Amino acid sequence: MAGVELKNVEKSFGAVTAVKGLDITFEEGSFTTLLGPSGCGKTTILRMVAGLEAPTAGDILVGGTRINDVPIHKRNLGLVFQNYALFPHRTIGQNIAFGLKYRGVSGSDAAAKVKAALDIVRLPGVEDRYPAQLSGGQQQRIALARAIVIEPDVLLLDEPLSALDANLREEMRVELKAIQHRIGVTSIFVTHDQSEALAMSDKIIVMSAGKVQQVGAPEEVYNSPANEFVANFLGASNILDVRVAGSDRDAIGLEVPHFGVISVPRARAAGLGDAKSGRLVIRAEKLKLLPAGDAGAGVLAQGVVRAVDYQGQIARYFVQVGDMELQIMNMIDGRPFSAGDATTVAIDPRDCSVLPADG
Amino acid sequence: MRAWSLIRFYTILVYIFMFAPIAVVMVLAFNSSQFGGFPIEGFSLRWFYRLAENEAIMRALKTSLGLGLLTAVISTTIGILAALALVRYQFRGKDFITTLLISPVLVPETVLAVGLLIFLRWLHMPRSFLLLLLGHSIIALPFVVLVVQARLVGIKKEYEEAARSLGANPLQTFLGVTLPLLAPAVFAGAIFAFTISFDNITATLFWRPSGMETVPTQIFGMLRNSVSPEINALGFVMIVITVGVPLLAGGAARYFARKRT
Repeated sequence: MAGVELKNVEKSFGAVTAVKGLDITFEEGSFTTLLGPSGCGKTTILRMVAGLEAPTAGDILVGGTRINDVPIHKRNLGLVFQNYALFPHRTIGQNIAFGLKYRGVSGSDAAAKVKAALDIVRLPGVEDRYPAQLSGGQQQRIALARAIVIEPDVLLLDEPLSALDANLREEMRVELKAIQHRIGVTSIFVTHDQSEALAMSDKIIVMSAGKVQQVGAPEEVYNSPANEFVANFLGASNILDVRVAGSDRDAIGLEVPHFGVISVPRARAAGLGDAKSGRLVIRAEKLKLLPAGDAGAGVLAQGVVRAVDYQGQIARYFVQVGDMELQIMNMIDGRPFSAGDATTVAIDPRDCSVLPADG
Repeated sequence: MRAWSLIRFYTILVYIFMFAPIAVVMVLAFNSSQFGGFPIEGFSLRWFYRLAENEAIMRALKTSLGLGLLTAVISTTIGILAALALVRYQFRGKDFITTLLISPVLVPETVLAVGLLIFLRWLHMPRSFLLLLLGHSIIALPFVVLVVQARLVGIKKEYEEAARSLGANPLQTFLGVTLPLLAPAVFAGAIFAFTISFDNITATLFWRPSGMETVPTQIFGMLRNSVSPEINALGFVMIVITVGVPLLAGGAARYFARKRT
């Protein structure tokens, strides 16, 4: 078991720079997610740690040792792919024992380890079957068993849940996290799915265009996005242009069109500095939609529902407030609003965060 | 309806045109008549016995089988390596090398045959079995490369990456993962190479050292005198080998594939 460090790592493919100036630490035993859209460089990072790509510049350390020049088969890493990559010509038992062979474990020792690994992924007794005889979810469990049976220093997961059905994906997400917690292996998880990242991670690294956008715990990244990219990528956010109307020691007063002045705690506007204007970020589910004329808590404005996207437990509303269209996601208590309804929109200042205008 | 029966009629004609000569040879091989032709006088295996007693033919058959097997081994080995390089690695001049590897199919065989002979003359090397083997391997190589390449493209790189991550070095990965997954294409390529070598006559006539005959050149030589019924029997044996071997291999491949699903 070991932590992983990237020091000023850069990777170019020909003239194209995939990632640049990366300084990332993956703490020992932690579950860290690289989150971002396709092409953001997250998979490149994983492949560099795995040894499938060589960094153009910088150092990669595992457990404090530089491993740039260590070939992949000597790195002792567990790798799980999106498409499982189980060897189709070998039985499940042979698949899982594959890595043991190169570690001098064979015979009954290997059989015992294979059995223990199958118990961990809750698929006992399938040793003699072939991969094609198992379902996708089962195959991915076997792939996980094959990766952890060698007791790797680091477990690398490349979108392992993306090929599964929605229901199975959520089930596997809980299970994968539980297994990781139990064996305590340092894990690096790559995904473009924000709900996977939020549900599973100790730490999320949000990436875009080859650069790290924000590093933090799930609730930190979700509640206090460092920039507009993060705000938009994780969930639905409303981003409004605001002017600074005044400030004191604890709070900054911001003039929000149609709502009036909102007093945001200074801690939520750290990046703003002395600027005269900024951008207010408020998540769609933090805005409250009330019947027109209702006097709710917070800062209010009047609006009209333009469209409703009914999703069962919640509804997503598109609400016109003056010249702005806001996205609002609210639980449905009783009856949802309908398109054309006049409503009141309420903002709680504590739910707002403020970014600089050029961010 | 009318259109369909016309098409059916036409199709049957085409098949007759394609297979009648082969059928005739196979039927006549069992004819007891002295003069390898119709009418059929009675069923007999005498021409097969005569064949087995004919030392020249048996020698030619041995030469052909040895040549075919060695050609299969050489062209399959080189073909696998070439396909690996072309599919798994990026390097300069890749397209050019691909074209070069495939070109023996495109160049007329006579030209290829003469070219290799002139090259050998320039090197002051006599015609030999080795030259014949080399030549046949060159002719068979494109087919092996194409077949193996097509299969290799379909084998995801992740299999190899997974094997490497589990501790297998590049050679162990190739032997333990890539080659077994490639096996059907390797078999197909080897059988292609064998049959191409076994059937070849044009280039063989140029390359064979004096006194050495393969089955096709032997038949060719015998035909110059007369159509002996032995040739029909030999034709039957050749058809059984060139058709039977791939069929058996295909059946075996399906049998092993079924075990896994």
